Amino acid sequence: MFEFIYNILDAIIDIFIKDMRYESYIITAVTGLIIAFAVINGVLGGVLVLIWGERRLLGRFQQRTGPNRWGPQGLLTSVADAVKVMFKEDIVPEEADHYIFNLAPLLLVIPVFIIFSVIPFGISLYAVDINVSVLFILAITSISGLSIICAAWASANRIAIFSALRSVAMLISYEIPVGLSLVGILLITESMSVMDIVIYQSIPFILIQPVAAIVFFLGSLAEINRTPFDLTEAESELAAGYQNDYSGMKWGLFYLGEFAAAIAAATVFSTLFLGGPNGPILPGLFWLTIKVIAVLFFIIWIRASWPRFRIDQVLNLAWKGLFELTLVNIVVTSIAVIIWTDLDSNRLLYIGLVNWIFAFPFVLLIFKLLKTKKYQSDINSSSYYPVGSDSPKFKKEIK
Amino acid sequence: MIGFGLIKGLSVTLRNLFGPVFTIQYPDKRVGVFGLAKNKNLSVLSLLKSYPREFLFALVGMAKVEVRIEQFPRFRGNEFVWYDDRCTACASCAKYCPLGIIEIVTHASGENLQAGENYAIDKFDIDTGRCMFCGLCVEACPYDALHMGTDFERGNYHRAKLVLDKETLISQDKNPSSWFRPQFEEKEYNPWDSDLGDYKEAGRHEKPSYEKIKQNWVNKRKFNG
Repeated sequence: MFEFIYNILDAIIDIFIKDMRYESYIITAVTGLIIAFAVINGVLGGVLVLIWGERRLLGRFQQRTGPNRWGPQGLLTSVADAVKVMFKEDIVPEEADHYIFNLAPLLLVIPVFIIFSVIPFGISLYAVDINVSVLFILAITSISGLSIICAAWASANRIAIFSALRSVAMLISYEIPVGLSLVGILLITESMSVMDIVIYQSIPFILIQPVAAIVFFLGSLAEINRTPFDLTEAESELAAGYQNDYSGMKWGLFYLGEFAAAIAAATVFSTLFLGGPNGPILPGLFWLTIKVIAVLFFIIWIRASWPRFRIDQVLNLAWKGLFELTLVNIVVTSIAVIIWTDLDSNRLLYIGLVNWIFAFPFVLLIFKLLKTKKYQSDINSSSYYPVGSDSPKFKKEIK
Repeated sequence: MIGFGLIKGLSVTLRNLFGPVFTIQYPDKRVGVFGLAKNKNLSVLSLLKSYPREFLFALVGMAKVEVRIEQFPRFRGNEFVWYDDRCTACASCAKYCPLGIIEIVTHASGENLQAGENYAIDKFDIDTGRCMFCGLCVEACPYDALHMGTDFERGNYHRAKLVLDKETLISQDKNPSSWFRPQFEEKEYNPWDSDLGDYKEAGRHEKPSYEKIKQNWVNKRKFNG
């Protein structure tokens, strides 16, 4: 994409001005701006549609209609919301650290857009191809934790701090399984570039790395603060969490950032595990869009169906469940990769078969371990009971 | 089996996705092409011929169709139905009203004394803005002159307009509710089908004629004496 636009601009400029100074630098900058403009606006449009789609779908999942009044099928509802948010009063608490308070929403939004710079929207339709782009994605996504703790700390609100501590504990915990789950893919493809991974996926990696796909999906749900891991904004306990003191467009930016992060997570998942732009006949952008929509639908479906985890349950799942699963996945995959080194077409099939054979018993075993009586007795014997759990002491007193 | 509960939960919501919607949209609802055609009792093609503008709106799901919500016949709406000819100005309703929002002013008319109509009504005001629709006034009325109404679209920007005065009560459409009026339910009367403008139909029995009253009076005397 970059070279294509670069060549067009070069040709246009050559018609009008010959022997321009610093020509290549200027054209590079303009090309970058054009690509950034296109990608960011595409994502923003996607966010507006996603907000509408989520409200609409949630309505149908709960036997309601959802917003359907403003525009065809209520499609302009999110536009009206955006206009409303822009005109709301912007309040900054008196004790807030103004600089960090204003910086936090930007810190949440900007990294999300940066992720899209390394994602291929088609086989030859990408902004940049870094050779460590998987690492780049993992690094950029972890900035959102910083933003959340900045927002909470700056707004000088204890409820916000609670929310941020929970969120950051969760984010740090889930970084590890998410990072390790991708190691299997990197072992197979022997490259850290997203482009290479996409080209390598003659079979989508979800069929070859099922455990990694599940772990990565759950981890990315946790990192974008979605149900069932949306403790950060648990309305019943923390009001709105770290967004408590934000109003107007700053709150709007948080909202935008969350939904853009959902799109980013779905895009990364479909790029790494569902084959990305790979697909027959039709262009890659179409297939990527279809896959992203499917993943987003699943995310919304989960939000409509599953209840929220408690904070200790979330951390237990990360450290006692998903972490071990990724380690098992790495061991199994590396053994398979060592056995089938030659790059014939059946290599992926063999590796996938081995992964599937080992996936079921280990997933069952680890989730059985999570459910054991030992875990239950740990809770019963400790003197601390999380709010909302049934305390045996309390039951005894009643008897 | 581990994870089965999660899949079960997902299946429940998925069934809802393709199931019916519980929301009733009011006062109008948005429909597509087929909904509009069904509403107008036309086929889709004839709809395109006769209503091209509406058809275009319906294509994007923006066509409006009015929704009329059928209430139960005993529904207590926010207007009252009052029959001028049945009322004797006894002011039972005003006395029973817990909020004291019925105001009646009368003077002795000297007409129809035998029929019990001693008073002419100057003023009959019900302040529905303060009414709690308990229906005690309707229960108190001995001559079935006052009934609960069935209208519920009386929103207003002025409190004064919520007061039902005598002229309004006489002139407005009379669709009394069958609340505390078993005679309506006997007739299987439905306020949304028929208008009950005639005062004779509203009562429990026919209004006795002068001759009949006289006969009753004579009979009573005969029995006692």
